[in-house]
Amino acid sequence: MKVAVLRFPGTNCEFDTEYAFKKLGHDVSIVWHNDTSLPDGIDLVVVPGGFSYGDYLRSGSIARFAPVMKSVSQYASKGGKVLGICNGFQILTEAGLLPGALKRNTNLHFISKYQHLKVSNTDNAFLNKFKSGDMLYVPIAHADGNYYIDDAGLEELKANGQILLQYVDSDGNIDSINGSIEAIAGICNKEKNVFGLMPHPERAIEDILGSDDGINMLQGFAS
Amino acid sequence: MKAIVNVYLKQGVLDPQGKAAHHALESLGFHGIEDVRIGKQIVIKLGNMSKEEAITKVKEMSETLLANTVIEDYDIEIVQ
Repeated sequence: MKVAVLRFPGTNCEFDTEYAFKKLGHDVSIVWHNDTSLPDGIDLVVVPGGFSYGDYLRSGSIARFAPVMKSVSQYASKGGKVLGICNGFQILTEAGLLPGALKRNTNLHFISKYQHLKVSNTDNAFLNKFKSGDMLYVPIAHADGNYYIDDAGLEELKANGQILLQYVDSDGNIDSINGSIEAIAGICNKEKNVFGLMPHPERAIEDILGSDDGINMLQGFAS
Repeated sequence: MKAIVNVYLKQGVLDPQGKAAHHALESLGFHGIEDVRIGKQIVIKLGNMSKEEAITKVKEMSETLLANTVIEDYDIEIVQ
């Protein structure tokens, strides 16, 4: 699989993401925000985590106008797969490629810890290696992860199976640690080719790091 | 000419910062507060143009970048 990882000023997870996909045997190129095209023949675009443009104005609000994002939108509109992690998720919602928005965490804290997640839908390119209800243990690190969508939008997400991951406690009970509606940690678009999540699968790819649950998440795209 | 854009979370969208400030004010003994909303103010200095032109332009700026209309409302004030 050929993976393009975007890089904006303030992105800081591009090399972790590159490392993770390389470890899984994929070709990775890092693409600068000022580039006006994506590399030929790619299978996946990853918008990685970080603090693009210092999170000024709103997280992701400035990055979404970077030249490379035009190509990402075109790529996505043709069915190309796009994954946004953390700040990447915020950028994709700001760009309108994913519904809803990410607000400041309800407790106003930057939450940085390992977090239990529940797989809520597996009928997609991202989580096809899992079963619905599977529990994952993956790091989160964000201040603006409080997912918001209006009631009509939420009904649509549910009806189309777009809610992919939810925050749970260690017993598997829904636990909205940051205030997210329905404890949503990750979603996809209606067409199921654009994915966004606040947790960092690229930081959970080796036992020594505390979890390797991220492997089957990232490998999902290769199957 | 200056345009002042106030951006704040929509009514009905929980404002965690406003809520924290509300609690802090109450614990300081300020009573009778019904709600606190925290927003941001963006001040834009504009060149020569009519007020109507300024409003149209700043409205477009607000819709495009300054506010995320999924969660935020905004208002515009033009000051000479």
